[in-house]
Amino acid sequence: MRLRLLAFCRLVCETCCFSDRVRLPDWGISMRFGVETIAVGIGAFLALLGAAFARDSMFEAHMWVLFFVLLCSVAVLLRNASFSTAGAQSGNLSESGYFDEVVKYGTIATLFWGVIGFTVGVAAAAQLAFPDLNIEPWFNFGRLRPVHTSAVVFAFGGNALIATSFYVVQRTCRASLFGGNLAWFVFWGYQLFIVMAATGYLLGITQSREYAEPEWYVDLWLTLVWVAYLVVFMGTLVKRKEPHIYVANWFYLAFIITIAMLHIVNNLAVPVSFLGTKSYSAFAGVQDALTQWWYGHNAVGFFLTAGFLGMMYYFIPKQAGRPVYSYRLSIIHFWSLIFLYIWAGPHHLHYTALPDWAQTLGMVFSIMLWMPSWGGMINGLMTLSGAWDKIRTDPIIRMMVISVAFYGMSTFEGPVMSIKAVNSLSHYTDWTIGHVHSGALGWVGMISFGAIYYLVPKLWFRPQLYSLRLVNWHFWLATLGIVVYAAVMWVAGIQQGLMWREYDDQGFLVYSFAETVAAMKPYYILRTVGGIMYLSGGLVMAYNIFMTIRGHVRKETPIPGSVPAMQAAQ
Amino acid sequence: MSILDKHQLLEKNASLLLVGSLVVVSIGGIVEIAPLFYLENTIEKVEGMRPYTPLELAGRDIYIREGCYACHSQMIRPFRDEVERYGPYSLAAESMYDHPFQWGSKRTGPDLARVGARYSNEWHVQHLIEPRSVVPESIMPSYAFLSKSLLPVENIADHLKANAAVGVPYDAAMIDNALADLLAQADPDADTSELEERYPKVVLGDFDGNPVALTEMDALVAYLQMLGTLVDFSSYDPTSGYR
Amino acid sequence: MDYQTMRTFADSWGLLFMVIVFVGVVAYTFRPGSKKEADKIARIPLDED
Repeated sequence: MRLRLLAFCRLVCETCCFSDRVRLPDWGISMRFGVETIAVGIGAFLALLGAAFARDSMFEAHMWVLFFVLLCSVAVLLRNASFSTAGAQSGNLSESGYFDEVVKYGTIATLFWGVIGFTVGVAAAAQLAFPDLNIEPWFNFGRLRPVHTSAVVFAFGGNALIATSFYVVQRTCRASLFGGNLAWFVFWGYQLFIVMAATGYLLGITQSREYAEPEWYVDLWLTLVWVAYLVVFMGTLVKRKEPHIYVANWFYLAFIITIAMLHIVNNLAVPVSFLGTKSYSAFAGVQDALTQWWYGHNAVGFFLTAGFLGMMYYFIPKQAGRPVYSYRLSIIHFWSLIFLYIWAGPHHLHYTALPDWAQTLGMVFSIMLWMPSWGGMINGLMTLSGAWDKIRTDPIIRMMVISVAFYGMSTFEGPVMSIKAVNSLSHYTDWTIGHVHSGALGWVGMISFGAIYYLVPKLWFRPQLYSLRLVNWHFWLATLGIVVYAAVMWVAGIQQGLMWREYDDQGFLVYSFAETVAAMKPYYILRTVGGIMYLSGGLVMAYNIFMTIRGHVRKETPIPGSVPAMQAAQ
Repeated sequence: MSILDKHQLLEKNASLLLVGSLVVVSIGGIVEIAPLFYLENTIEKVEGMRPYTPLELAGRDIYIREGCYACHSQMIRPFRDEVERYGPYSLAAESMYDHPFQWGSKRTGPDLARVGARYSNEWHVQHLIEPRSVVPESIMPSYAFLSKSLLPVENIADHLKANAAVGVPYDAAMIDNALADLLAQADPDADTSELEERYPKVVLGDFDGNPVALTEMDALVAYLQMLGTLVDFSSYDPTSGYR
Repeated sequence: MDYQTMRTFADSWGLLFMVIVFVGVVAYTFRPGSKKEADKIARIPLDED
């Protein structure tokens, strides 16, 4: 078996990497993506070796997945190969003078992974309501849940951040992206990370660290991609023509560098074998728990907040056509937010075996965090002051405004839940799940949708979106979906917490645990309905964007008041 | 005016902005996490903690693989209802050999910190194969495939070595005998004197009710049956844990 | 350094230091004369596409 594999490796290697078609540069002819094709081919070969010499069956399966993904990539690269004489560079820059092709890909990837992430979320929600929907072993809830969280946070959110940061940093620096094809490496490398992470979860490859589940080798790959991302972003800042660095870039930069720090420290681990999946965390017990939640809460604080605030500080002023309400407030917002957020982790460990002093610190800083959060929210909302009518006439502005409103709501709810007395009730219940979703669906989702609706006509040089009425439909489907979801989970969580601690007159616990599970069923069904509404909104958006890119414009009655404001801006 | 010019340094210098942000975001983590490693009263002094047996460790890896932590916590908080429902509240010492910790964040199902010895092996096996046959209200997925999957055992010593590398006190004898210990724990006919000496309070027996094969079910049930059973609470002084 | 020492430091000098830094940052950011500059920077996204 092994011998046959090796022979196959050699064959693949020869056809992919070293065939005559490719080794050209020194003959005065260059091939587009020649080096990249060879690198991916070598990667495929290494994956095959990994599969052949794997120390456990999960690693073998995962390496086969990697091999086929890379093999397909090689095929795609070769089909797109074009040859030119050396020196004639086929550039990355589009008509705008900026490197926008990668932003276009990022926008489509955001939509694609968004729909996947929402769909898996609906599936997981349905499994909790109807447990027979679990399909063992690969599609059991325990394996599907990280697919959902990673798909939404890292695939949907991450692609939105990478795409918009590349767009914003070029515009606000008046410089094209630094590093040429490195931006492509960031994009495709990140997609590979997503695929490896998600397929790994289904196979059962996980570190069990929430939002940091991928095992050591996938983590190493992400580190490489992330460093490249930092280099592209920093390089663009350094070569900028604008003397000042606009505040949106501060937030993006803090997001990139902090995620790098969190990712590296939280994933410190010793692998059992370099040809196996399993690794054991460098820390144990209480230290491990705080490290993980220091990471976990700042995945929220920096991935899902700081990065998206960068988005807010660019796209709301752009869509509203007016500068941010107070630039000086945004500076205070930045420094106090990044300083305070990092302390908030211990509020995930209230009343656990974590020392009390750490819990108290976490709680105090979480409450203080309310202030910069609301400072930022006010700054975003007040940007519209003097143009409030746009909320009525422009569904994209409406989307951005509701997003900031949800940001305000969940950054108020968060500090409340971090108070130890409240947390003693809310922890371990579905209230937490509701809170996370009002932040993720409301704030992160809506601001990304708004940014995409703004970006697509610009990137593809379309005069307008296919349909503003569909944007309106998306808005209402998504908003109602979130309201249903968050309200239901809130009630469910409080009921759950109260049932667990309810005593009768004799001093006995009233409910067995199983009874509290049964009581959740109607809420779990309703929550699934909320998720389906949000997913439908995402599908409407995908259709709208697809038609916009194809260059269609829907014949529809304009939304009253919208036409002059919208079209004048184009 | 010269001071004002300096003020603009940060706004205009990308590298300074990068370093400044990194410094500002490092402070909180350093202040909160670093002391946990050297403040002596972070982990209580208790009797009875020992590293996992090889079979328990293999079971724990399956617990992690299947994402059990997504619905089950292993951290009992010091509240009357939790202590009555689940047993004495969890101590930091009880997870001192847990790489990674399994405290969890959500109780879609009950806490498992002290589930060990509460139910019979047969109950666990039946519950894992068809949860609703023993708990009608349960929404847990079925894990019937575990009783058909043979437990891969050949690398077990490497797993102990990796744990030793991150600080778990597995000694040379434990690592050398890892495979033998693993097999002995699930084999009712084996000589288990050495195993019991190395791992006090170890639970022995054929866990999955199928003596012919050593399955993943054996390992998982062995792990569940030891959870929360190690620390001797009769000799524990709670005031030693005040901090 | 034990827990008590760190605790005492944190709620005296540590607290004072943080308050001073915060007040300093706010005072500097909102110093008279910074508004004109800030308004100029705030227009960066609007000035070009």
